[in-house]
Amino acid sequence: MTAAILELRDVRRSYDSVVAVDGVSVELAEGEFLSFLGPSGSGKTTTLQMIAGLVAPTSGEIFLKGQPLNPLPPYRRNIGVVFQNYALFPHMTVAKNIAFPLEMRHVPRDEIEQRVARALALVGLAQHGSRLPSQMSGGQQQRVALARAMVFEPPLLLMDEPLGALDKKLREQMQLEIKQLHRNLGMTIIYVTHDQEEALTMSDRIAVFNNGRIEQIGLPSEIYEHPNTRFVANFIGETNLFPGRVLEVADGYCRIDGGGLELRARNSGTIKKGANVYVAVRPERTLLSGPHTVAEADENSVTGTISETVYLGRSWKYVVKAGGTLVTAVQQIGSRLDTSFAIGDAVSLQWKIEDATAVYDPSA
Amino acid sequence: MTLSNMNTQAWWRGLRIAITILLVIFLVAPMVIVVLISFSSAQFLTFPPPGFSLQWYRKLFSDPAWFDSLVASVEIVIPTGILATVIGTAAALGLARSDIPGKKIVTGLLMAPIVVPVIVIAAAIYGVFRIWNLNGTLSGFIIAHTVLTLPYVVSTVLASLQMVDERYEQAALTLGASPWIVFYRIVFPLILPGILSGLLFAMVISFDELVVSLFIGSPTFRPVTVQMWADVMGAVDPAIAAVGTLLFLFSLFVLVAEAVMRRAGIGSPLTGQS
Repeated sequence: MTAAILELRDVRRSYDSVVAVDGVSVELAEGEFLSFLGPSGSGKTTTLQMIAGLVAPTSGEIFLKGQPLNPLPPYRRNIGVVFQNYALFPHMTVAKNIAFPLEMRHVPRDEIEQRVARALALVGLAQHGSRLPSQMSGGQQQRVALARAMVFEPPLLLMDEPLGALDKKLREQMQLEIKQLHRNLGMTIIYVTHDQEEALTMSDRIAVFNNGRIEQIGLPSEIYEHPNTRFVANFIGETNLFPGRVLEVADGYCRIDGGGLELRARNSGTIKKGANVYVAVRPERTLLSGPHTVAEADENSVTGTISETVYLGRSWKYVVKAGGTLVTAVQQIGSRLDTSFAIGDAVSLQWKIEDATAVYDPSA
Repeated sequence: MTLSNMNTQAWWRGLRIAITILLVIFLVAPMVIVVLISFSSAQFLTFPPPGFSLQWYRKLFSDPAWFDSLVASVEIVIPTGILATVIGTAAALGLARSDIPGKKIVTGLLMAPIVVPVIVIAAAIYGVFRIWNLNGTLSGFIIAHTVLTLPYVVSTVLASLQMVDERYEQAALTLGASPWIVFYRIVFPLILPGILSGLLFAMVISFDELVVSLFIGSPTFRPVTVQMWADVMGAVDPAIAAVGTLLFLFSLFVLVAEAVMRRAGIGSPLTGQS
């Protein structure tokens, strides 16, 4: 990893007795796209505001290019911010809005004009400079906000749920556009969102926030495939969670007593014998078959009956009642093992032990 | 829709219009009569006037008692309006955007002149001004009227600040604007309609004020309202109607100005364009 452009060291923020951010440490490499993902109230927006300088940390330090940011007011930090509802100045035209940060930096007038025109072209609004924000659609306002936050070429761009107010279609389009801008301009971006799909598709890395802390940070595939905690497994995508007790730990794997089911799973890190854990398995990693299928040596197997079927177009979703727990299994349609099942069918369900992860629940 | 239904609707419509017209007549008629009398050729208050003349307006501007009091009113109203607007806007900004302790108490104190009976305020100001030797002086009037008009400015500016999303200010800060630049490039243009309407309110209230002015005025320095009151107590002639008409015109001007500003409203390109 190249030298960190941004570094947060044990940053905390509390309001009276409420702790909003409880010790966040993170490093960001130049050109990286990092998402802060978490439910509302998990501290991700407060962390972003502390980086922008709009909220002062109660303790901890923030460095941009090695310079401590804490003593700097927001207007001396030179960090671009895109706000949730765009916050375009309603009394200024689009061009004036984009020119604003350049005027603040005393850029000569003709250069401002050129750079505003370039920024407008970049977001596909070349003809719209003389409009007022109120005369534009949500998607267009979003593009203007983006242009305004980038035009002064900040070393870091912060985006606070920038697509939250747009409908699904426009959102997916804007996701692609932001991703492209990121790639073409080599910008370093922190992107706050509560939408796990958005985080998975856009990010180089994801930091999953919960209760004011980062529960896990890593590549989208790591977060998805190898969650470290029950919260991460549950928050990102759909997951089956089997509660159980660890019987044995060896070679990065654990053997778990899951209330009558004997399960084996990857050790997510520091799990020890005797601990109470959850075994997390993605529904699409399971394989449904007839009731008498013999499991391979590297597979977990449970038996049960189908209690619900849902047609999803590309796949079927089945809910299987196995002992006392409900297990969700998603089966691709058109795969070679494709067989349909009906409610009441006796089935067996297998998954590879490397696709199952034993995780702690730190909040329990 | 049936025919009888339409008839009923037409009937209700007619009734609504009739009530509206009656109400307008009820509200406007006294003012119309005052305006008409002010142009009377008679020597005393009668209606209808026997003929028309501008003699009472001539009297207002030639009689030193009337003319001096009109000048005094203008001398009081303009500085009062400006002072109340500046202080009131600053107070509203502080109350709306900072986390100072005791915000509620400060707001309550600022709004007190609206709630406390005017006669109590008048007596209190008179007492204090007697110690400070401010009774019957221009500065005394300006101070007293500023206190009285401040709540109107604070409340109109507070209302328009509540309409302005705080994120505009945060955005401007992150774009490199210092707090002072944020104020005059972003906040000020957006709340300008509120500030101007506060200014106009303050001027109308000050121009119209009688009770406090009665207490702190002197025979040599009195605003036009006090002169009117003194005049009504003595010989009543149509000069009072002429002054009334002038006050009415001033208020009308303010109302129209306010309406025009409201139209221009927040979100217009009116300001912020260089």
